[in-house]
Formats: sequence, C-alpha cells, structure tokens
Amino acid sequence: MAEQEQKRKVIPARSDDAVVDETAPATEQGERIKAELDDLLDEIDEVLESNAEDFVKSYVQKGGQ
Amino acid sequence: MAIAKVCGIETEYGIVVRGSDLNPTAASSLLINAYIGAINRRITWDFMDETPGNDARGFRLEDAFPPEVETHLVNAVLTNGARYYVDHAHPEISTPECSNALEVVRFDRAAEEIIRASMTAANRMVGPGAEVIVHKNNSDGKGNSYGCHENYLVARTTPFGRLVHQITPHFVTRQVFCGAGKIGSELAGVTSSEVPFQLSQRADFFEEEVGLETTLKRPIVNTRDEPHCDPVKYRRLHVIVGDANLSEVATYLKVGTTAIVLAMIEDDAFDVDLSLAHPVRAIHRVSQDPSLAQVVELRSGTTMTALEVQWEMLRCAQRYADRSGLECVDEDVGRDVLARWERVLEGLESDRARVANWVDWVAKERLINGYAERHGVGPGDTRLRALDLQYHDMRADRGLASRLGFEKLVADADAVSAMTEPPTTTRAYFRGRCLQKWPDEVVAANWDSMVFDVGREPLRRVPMMEPLRGTARHVSSVIDESRTAAELLARLANEER
Repeated sequence: MAEQEQKRKVIPARSDDAVVDETAPATEQGERIKAELDDLLDEIDEVLESNAEDFVKSYVQKGGQ
Repeated sequence: MAIAKVCGIETEYGIVVRGSDLNPTAASSLLINAYIGAINRRITWDFMDETPGNDARGFRLEDAFPPEVETHLVNAVLTNGARYYVDHAHPEISTPECSNALEVVRFDRAAEEIIRASMTAANRMVGPGAEVIVHKNNSDGKGNSYGCHENYLVARTTPFGRLVHQITPHFVTRQVFCGAGKIGSELAGVTSSEVPFQLSQRADFFEEEVGLETTLKRPIVNTRDEPHCDPVKYRRLHVIVGDANLSEVATYLKVGTTAIVLAMIEDDAFDVDLSLAHPVRAIHRVSQDPSLAQVVELRSGTTMTALEVQWEMLRCAQRYADRSGLECVDEDVGRDVLARWERVLEGLESDRARVANWVDWVAKERLINGYAERHGVGPGDTRLRALDLQYHDMRADRGLASRLGFEKLVADADAVSAMTEPPTTTRAYFRGRCLQKWPDEVVAANWDSMVFDVGREPLRRVPMMEPLRGTARHVSSVIDESRTAAELLARLANEER
C-alpha cells in the first residue's frame, strides 16, 4: 500500500492538458483563457444538443434536499 | 486547538432519460444498479443509527419535516468508502470522509467519473434510442432544487449559537467565488428580466436563517444533529447552502475556506463581528448581483459588499493561521487555501477574467455573454438557457465546463484511482479495504460501523465511532496480514484488550 500511504501534499498534480503557469503574467493568462473561450465558441454548435431548446423546455427535476 | 476538520461532500445529481418513460427514481436506480453490476459488487447500506430528525439546538421538531430515509431504494457502499444511492428521485454520491479539502476535490472528481461510468453502463440497458443523461447542477431553472451538501467535523463543546452567528456571514458571501452561476431567477417576486444572471444556483431557495429542513423552507444553517460518530465529542455540521461546482478550485476553496472558518469558530478566534442584519435577504442580494457592488447590512449598522466581508474573513483567518497554525485542516493545504483565497478576491475585485479558470459563475457568464454577442441573441433566449444547462452536463462529449480551461488540482489518474481506493487518512480506509478484501463477509456498512458475517452466529458489528481511527497507519498491516475476515475480527478484538 506504499503508494497510498504517501501523504498527499498540495503541490497539485496536474494532467498534461492543464497548462497553467502561475508565474505567467496576468495578461498572458487572460489571453489564453480568452483564446480558449473563442475556440469553444467556434465549435459550440457541434457540441450543443441539436434540439437544445426542446431539451431545456422539457428539463424538469423533482425537488430534492 | 480546533479538532481535525474531517470533511466530505454529498451531491444530488439531476437526471433525465431521453427516449424512454422511465421516471427519475427508476432511472436513478437503473443508473446505480448498472454501475454496481458492472463492477460486480454490492454491499448494502446499514440504516441503524440514522436519526436525521435530531436537531442541533437540542430538541426534536415533531411537526417539522425531518428528511425521510428511503430504505427501499438502491443504496450501496463502494470500495473507495463512498455511498452511492437514490435520494428524492436523484442519484446521489457521498464522498468518503476526507482529512482535507484537496482530498475532497479528488473524491468529488472520482464521483464524477463514477457518474460517467454509470451512464455508459446504464445506456447499455435502456435500449436503442434511449439515453440516461446526468447533470451536476442544483436547479432545473423551473423552481426545483436539489443539493450539494458539505459535512465538517466540529467539537461538540463549540456553542452552537456562536457557530450559527459566525458561520452565517461566510455562507452568505462565499458564493462570490463558489457560486456555479445561473440564468434567471427562481425567487418568488423576482423576474428573470430583473435578474438575467446570478452567482448561485441555489441561493433562491433559502428562506430561513436556521432550521432542520432540507427540502422545504431551506435554512442557511442546517441544524441536523446526526454526527455519525461519537456524539459526546463531535458534531457534524451539515451544510446545505452550497452549489455543486464544476471547477476543482471552486470546490477546493468552498471546502477549504469553510473548514478554516469553522476551526476559527471552534477556537473562538474571531476578532471581528461580521454578523449580518438580514442574512436571508443578503444571500439573495449577493447572488443577484454579478457586479459585486451591492452592499449588505451588518448588525453593527454598517454596510459592506460581499467582497469586503470576504476580505475581513480572510484577514481574520490569516491572523489565526499565524497565531495557531492550520494543522487541523492540514498545514500545507490550509496555507495554499489562504493564498488562493486572497488571489480569488483580488481577481474578482480587479480583473474578473483572471479568475475565469477558477470560478464557475465567472466562466459561465463569459461563455453565455460570448455566445450572445456572437449570435446576436438577447437575454431570455432559450439557447442561452441551453448553454447554462449543458455547462453542467456530465457526458464527456457534451459537458461545456470541461472545455473552459479550468485549472486542475487532481491528475486524471488520481481521480480514477479514487473511484476504487479509499482515502488513507480517515476511517474510510478501514471501510474501503474491508470491502475490497472481504466483499462476501461484509453484509452491511454505514458511516460509523460495519457488520460482518463470518459464518458463525451472531453477525459481528465493528463500531467506528472515531473518524480518525481505522486509517492506513492504524490498520493497514492488520488488514494485510489477515487472510480471512474472521482472522481480522480476532486480531481487532485482541488489540482492544
């Protein structure tokens, strides 16, 4: 169980696709986030449910806790 | 010195089945059974000692509505120490007990992976043309809400009145960084044209300051007194006021800051009085104001913005950390939470875009505004509501949140291993390891005990009343060395002597 016993410390492990350089200047980070948003907006019509409006209208949940 | 802030999170997910007339309760059962069937393991939850009607204020409300325990529905305990069950027509996963906020994030990520695996397994069973779809949200946009609850271990000696008094301003204002965002209003008397977008999924549904209910007249501070551990020493603060987050950092900050604030309350370390004059009005007002400029009234007569209340909280927490340390929330995690708490407040105050990779409502608002601009769509358009809903979609190919570049705190491989491996630093380790090694001998399990059938009458119940016993350090060798459950029980009995 050696690998489980290692105390998990908060130098967060990052997967390869999460490239966040905390030392990067704020503007650079802002540009990166903006670029990602633009990319998503470019492809959003493919990702959005084809019948998104009907889906929203019919989305009714029972109340929970 | 505050006791260790053992913590966890329980999430009720939204569920629909497209192309089938399965009701949501049946669909939730199907989802969970499909997963359990796929991993070929089923241990029943044990309802002994569940007393959700007990009130922390010291009385039982007979005419209030204590939550029902639905014994006939699917209810399983997993080898990672989590509970996976049907609650109020929703699938719900409670993480195992964790010893710090980063562990909570890891097991919350694991819960998302379990949901995704469950959808895949369920879709093989619903037949062609039908699809089970799960959302990690807290509202259907039509006035129905379901919760994402947090739990924290608090010393029983902490006066409950002080706890309510000092935690309430945090619950009202922390939504500036942990709100998941929502289009429109579900609050009576407030139209969606008045509030086109708000910080929180959940704030509209809070009507009381303090109380026992969780499904009606929801209170900001819930008083359910059901510690699931030694009731003489501990309480479990059951927090129902939060949103389910898609951003890992938001979950981390939500749990991490709250654990620190609770430690401060326990140690009576608050050196400022931030009590609010009208908490219920304030929680709505803060949520409905994405400009973050609105002020709330304090009991002292002054007014502050939510950000100013959060800055006061943070400064107080920094002084506390310097004086007392943060061992009770894990020193390294606690220091990191404080640093990020400061950065998120700075970002929200100066340049919102800087925290778009941390804060759900900021990322969602940018997505919605970006789409509206590009397509010339006005507020109230159903397509924007569709974006809002799909932000929370758990399907890997449909969920929008996962495409927005959020910072990750947990590597994918660690989230996957947390689907089956328990935390090592709480009693969840004992629960998970026993379920892994002796699935046939464990006949039932719950938070504070496990029941074994080792072939001889009677069944043997192993109490686990201490959340920090049964960790890897305590029991890994005895579990490793025991070939059978009977041997394990004999060794444990010997240790007791």
